[in-house]
Amino acid sequence: MKHFYIAISFLFLSYSPSFAIGEVSTFTLKNGMEIVVIEDHRAPIVTHMVWYKVGSADEPPGKSGIAHYLEHLLFKGTKNLESGEFSKIVAENGGTGNAFTSYDYTGYFQRVAADRLNLMMEIESDRMQNLRLTIEDVLPERDVIIEERNSRTENNPNTLFNEHRSSLMYQNHPYGVPVIGWMHEIEKLTREDAIEFYKRYYAPNNAILIVAGDVEPQAVLDLAQKHYGIRIASEGIVKRVRPQEPPKRAAIHTIYEDPRVRQPYIIREYLAENRKPGDQLEAAVLTIFAQLLGGSGVTSFLGKRLQLDEKIALNVSAWHSATSYDPSKFGLYVLPAPGVSLQAVEDALDLALHNFFEVGVDQDHLRRIKTQIKASKIFALDNQEGIARSYGTALTSGLSVKDVKDWPSILAAVSAEDIMIAARKVLNPKSSVTGWIRGPQEITE
Amino acid sequence: MNKFLSALVIILLSGLPVNAELIIHEVKSKGGITAWLVNDNSIPIVSFDIAFKGGASTELDDKLGATYLMTGLLEEGAGNMDATAFSLAAEELATSLSFNSSRERISISAEFLKETTNQSLALLKVAIMEPAFNDAAFERTKAQVLSIISRNQTDPQKIASNAFNKIAFSGHPYGRPYQGTANSIANLTKDDMYEAHRQNLTKDRLVVSVVGDITADELSIILDDLFGGLPEKGASFPVATNFKASGGNTIIDFDTPQSIALWGHSGISQNDPDFFAAFVMNHILGGGSFTSRLTDEVREKRGLTYGVYSYMANMDYANFYGGSVSSANDRIGEALDVIKEEWARMANSGVTQEELIAAKKYMTGSYPLRFDGNSQIAGILTYSQTNDFPINYPQNRNSYIEAVTKKDIARVANRILKAEDIHFVVVGSPTGLGAAE
Repeated sequence: MKHFYIAISFLFLSYSPSFAIGEVSTFTLKNGMEIVVIEDHRAPIVTHMVWYKVGSADEPPGKSGIAHYLEHLLFKGTKNLESGEFSKIVAENGGTGNAFTSYDYTGYFQRVAADRLNLMMEIESDRMQNLRLTIEDVLPERDVIIEERNSRTENNPNTLFNEHRSSLMYQNHPYGVPVIGWMHEIEKLTREDAIEFYKRYYAPNNAILIVAGDVEPQAVLDLAQKHYGIRIASEGIVKRVRPQEPPKRAAIHTIYEDPRVRQPYIIREYLAENRKPGDQLEAAVLTIFAQLLGGSGVTSFLGKRLQLDEKIALNVSAWHSATSYDPSKFGLYVLPAPGVSLQAVEDALDLALHNFFEVGVDQDHLRRIKTQIKASKIFALDNQEGIARSYGTALTSGLSVKDVKDWPSILAAVSAEDIMIAARKVLNPKSSVTGWIRGPQEITE
Repeated sequence: MNKFLSALVIILLSGLPVNAELIIHEVKSKGGITAWLVNDNSIPIVSFDIAFKGGASTELDDKLGATYLMTGLLEEGAGNMDATAFSLAAEELATSLSFNSSRERISISAEFLKETTNQSLALLKVAIMEPAFNDAAFERTKAQVLSIISRNQTDPQKIASNAFNKIAFSGHPYGRPYQGTANSIANLTKDDMYEAHRQNLTKDRLVVSVVGDITADELSIILDDLFGGLPEKGASFPVATNFKASGGNTIIDFDTPQSIALWGHSGISQNDPDFFAAFVMNHILGGGSFTSRLTDEVREKRGLTYGVYSYMANMDYANFYGGSVSSANDRIGEALDVIKEEWARMANSGVTQEELIAAKKYMTGSYPLRFDGNSQIAGILTYSQTNDFPINYPQNRNSYIEAVTKKDIARVANRILKAEDIHFVVVGSPTGLGAAE
């Protein structure tokens, strides 16, 4: 059964000119705002998104959580709208919408009938530069963020464990700080912090407009020119250069104990290459390597070996976070079978990885993965919002539209030799963090 | 020859321009199996969404979790294939098959490329008709379920929902944990799996929805092939039950920073003449994510929570009106007080005309947005069928909402909302909350 796998993103981007769906056009406004239009004429619906190339990894030290806090505050008032009016307008037009923040981006979106695109652009453009924050808006919203951190993190030992491991993996890079922020810093964020961040980063030359749905590219460009063309470029936008990791010199091992943990498990991550503009091969190879190792349950290398043959694990998985601005992580997860210690599964995992280099790539498995890649290009056409998000995450991670379009064919061209080379490089114990999570150990007499 | 189309409905999704049409065919096979079909060949893919009503609610008290475990085993080997061979076959085809179960459903879905229709459906058929239940898969899946149950014991959400169900539906199958207990799962045998399979996968509770590049003629033949061999009748369904908890608080002490609260009191059924009035009322009270009264009062004005919701729970054999919220241990008391005040305010004075207009615009305008992919549409068709809605329900649904008046809402709010009847289940270390007597 699959109920217990860690969710793994293995999304392939679609671009298939042979169908009427998924045609992509791009433009750039004079003020620097990039535009991507993805056509899908199956229903008169549109997904309207604005992505800012700023995320938690761009926050000033000591102000963790400000990118996410600001995202919440964008639903408050502007020069033209009352606090809360933005959401009311979207709802009264039969639309749904929300926003999201990650390490490398902050995004805002609405899904609405295609004939309401003009209005969505009008109000989204308004809050790009006209935000008006009152203290009555800002303080309760900070409490909301605190409760959000309580819900997502403080109440969930698995999230606390993830946060702890990331802080060990990234000792110099801001990916080591959680997107939502550390509690002690969230509690001290101010209206002024939010406004400073907003003024610096919310500008057309730091934004990408993505419109997917029943639209004509030229019509989208005209509307965008009318609404977003009037926004003023910020001079504070420079190429993002974040502190990078120093050479990794020793494997890190950590144990997180929490009385709320009933089911111990291990996660090991290695620092890994992300997709880079014009240079996506290594990330593509790692994406496929993860699939071979643990991406498909019992048919994958680790699943077959640890779950079926040795019966030492109840579940395993492997993943690679390919799309990010700076180097990301390649991860492995093992849930031990009852009565098997964490040390025993870690030893078994190490032995299995060692063994992989002797056995090599299962060509038949690689072929099946390629079959799925090919099919996923077709399945992806059925998910308008998914395609839009794929472009958003890629373009805010420094990639181009061409990189996005090239990705499936780069994945499809990965060879067994590529995999062995990348596997040796990525599975470097010195760049690894291995975490155990378990309940507090009883003191034996 | 092909007289299978007994109904054909063209749905104009109101609120959108007229070209948004969705044609739902009712396809009836020679063998008497019925399915709803939307034939859409814009992408060469097909989605099947299959449900068997009943689910865990039909199992005996001493076999708790049998349906859940059995459903999990459907993808762990079938016919002469073991778990690996079965997964390999799906990977070869790039076909996604999923098998899930809940308190009152077994849900099976398949998504595949049109060019693999025959092979994909053959694989689906063998999973449904001839599960292998072999020893290795049985023991492995059982251990996975036990691991999930063990993990649930310290998950505040799960602790809350299990406790809430137990109190709200004591003595009824809805009061039991559908995944089973550590004891019940440990005692299940392979014979129990065959029995759960025999009692649940039967024609009398089957619902089939199909969307994609497949015609009604093709589907009618497939239906008999896929399901013709199923037994006619399965386990008896539970009897209807009332919501049994009375007003008050149940506090379950758990050492965690944020308390989680679930609440409820009795509700109304989807057949009630005031159902749509209650549905719109709920949207205004606590259903609409960013625009409801509860969100405004509990989250926006006071910052007491990240999320607060109310909902009408309509199961096959019970209804209740409930909600959920989570707040820091020292703030949950205030959150619950505000919720009770809003409950009473709605009961006493209903909604304003402005709120009603805004709610209708959102509810009717956003409905078409849900039909935004083959598997989503298949899921909506299955939901309609399992609730015995007519085939024109998606077409008419918005008109039911448009017909609701302010007076209707005032009447139904006064009738169903009883702040003093709310039973709250709170998991955490809340301060300043009194427990029920």
